[in-house]
Amino acid sequence: MTVLIKEHAKPSIQEILEAGKFLVTGEIGPPKGTDIDEMIEHINLLKDKVHAMNITDNQSSVMRYPSLGTAILIKELGGEPNLQVTCRDRNRLAIEADLLFAYTRGIRSVLCLTGDSIPVGDHKEAKAVFDLESVQLLQLIRNMEEGRDSGGNELKGGVKFFKGAIVTPEAVPIEPQMLKFEKKIEAGAQWFQTQAVYDMDNFKRFMEKARKISDKVYICCGLVLLTSPGQIKYMNANVPGVFVPESLAREMEDAPKEERLNTGIRIMARQIRQLIDEKLCDGVHIMAIGKESVVPQILEEAGVDITKM
Amino acid sequence: MIITTSKPFEEVLKELEGEDKVFIVGCGLCATTCETGGEEQVAEMKAKLEAEGKTVTGTVVYDEVCHELNTKRKFRENKEAVEAADGFLVMCCGAGTQSVREATEKPVHPACNTVFLGNIQRHGHFVEKCSLCGECVLEDFGAICPVTRCHKGILNGPCGGTDEGKCETSKEKDCAWTLIYNQLEKMGKLDRFRKIYGLKNWQANMKPGRVIFEKKGEGGE
Repeated sequence: MTVLIKEHAKPSIQEILEAGKFLVTGEIGPPKGTDIDEMIEHINLLKDKVHAMNITDNQSSVMRYPSLGTAILIKELGGEPNLQVTCRDRNRLAIEADLLFAYTRGIRSVLCLTGDSIPVGDHKEAKAVFDLESVQLLQLIRNMEEGRDSGGNELKGGVKFFKGAIVTPEAVPIEPQMLKFEKKIEAGAQWFQTQAVYDMDNFKRFMEKARKISDKVYICCGLVLLTSPGQIKYMNANVPGVFVPESLAREMEDAPKEERLNTGIRIMARQIRQLIDEKLCDGVHIMAIGKESVVPQILEEAGVDITKM
Repeated sequence: MIITTSKPFEEVLKELEGEDKVFIVGCGLCATTCETGGEEQVAEMKAKLEAEGKTVTGTVVYDEVCHELNTKRKFRENKEAVEAADGFLVMCCGAGTQSVREATEKPVHPACNTVFLGNIQRHGHFVEKCSLCGECVLEDFGAICPVTRCHKGILNGPCGGTDEGKCETSKEKDCAWTLIYNQLEKMGKLDRFRKIYGLKNWQANMKPGRVIFEKKGEGGE
């Protein structure tokens, strides 16, 4: 079988994790439009600083340059993509077809998400698809790996992906979230990236629960770069499953205006160091949301150099 | 109960452009409860149309406008007013409006938007709990429907947008999966939550839906 991209410039996410290394991933948010120069800059900046880059799929239900196209672009530029696939905009036929294509273009890792709801985005009158959701998507991929599509038909050449999923450690209540985590593993999830975590004590409690459910899956902690007191206030009030503790909010408030970004960088660097030093989890996923250019600085402050890990 | 809301009067007037003589149909059931097409609203509409210079040749409010034979019978009973009309304004659901479509060759206009199959919580409070998917899953979820009450119709647990029992789309709406979790826990049936639900058959009721009773002795047992 012809797989168009056979040569991989970078080790896969699976190879990194299975080698027991602390996985460092970043995130690329594609632009709204065809001007991809800045995105290419970000990819070039990150490709040797992180093991892999997530590509968001019409993030927050806002229409953008496609995740699959960006994943291939990352591949072409010599980076390693982690393809995010949501179920909001495509039905099972479209997702399966995309996965066939992704596989032939050397995409090795897929992150399975249900997707945000339509009303939070910028196409508020669009029809939401949700033909399937994250757990079913994981199952669908496993079936495709076994050579069948979801209609039960035999594939002429299957796929093989390192199947990722997400979990929300700060969800309230947490019990149904943990049950769903368990179901995702049963459905085939091999590794997890968490939604944004700020409260490290809460994250430790979550990890204890998660490890009890499975000590086989890899879990990487998602961190979002804090940039201002206003952003923290907004997130605490509006972003479900996100709670920025008082101490971090105060640290940001106390910083002079021109020092806020640096304060955010310092906070994240400290958290990454804590994750590594206390061996809390298997990796970190850095969400810099528009500030990708400071990711190398964050890693430097955290003393993380993937070439020396 | 089919929940309807009234279209803005300006929109209704636009629909009736060029039709001076109008016959109004209201429904004694759902549209009466929704206060979109009961006796009172039909009388109000008649007065407003007359104030705009229209002639209302007649009005009728009866149970089950969606019943096509019933609607044809009502039209026969009101033959004179029906024949005098240039067009019909139907103040009930889309099913009722299309029932009127079957009863006349003349223009038929909707006065309402049909929004959902709803439960009545109290006077004037309607919520959607069933979306007529054609393959009922209530048995597995403690009689709380995730297909309808979860905004994303997720069958395997809450999404990351759940927040203290509320949905990411609105703090006014409950997270169906928190309700389902609490219900199954109360029943001691959390094992049902653990079960993975495979892909749903969205064609269980292939649009447009059609159900025909089997005649006794013909194919039945």
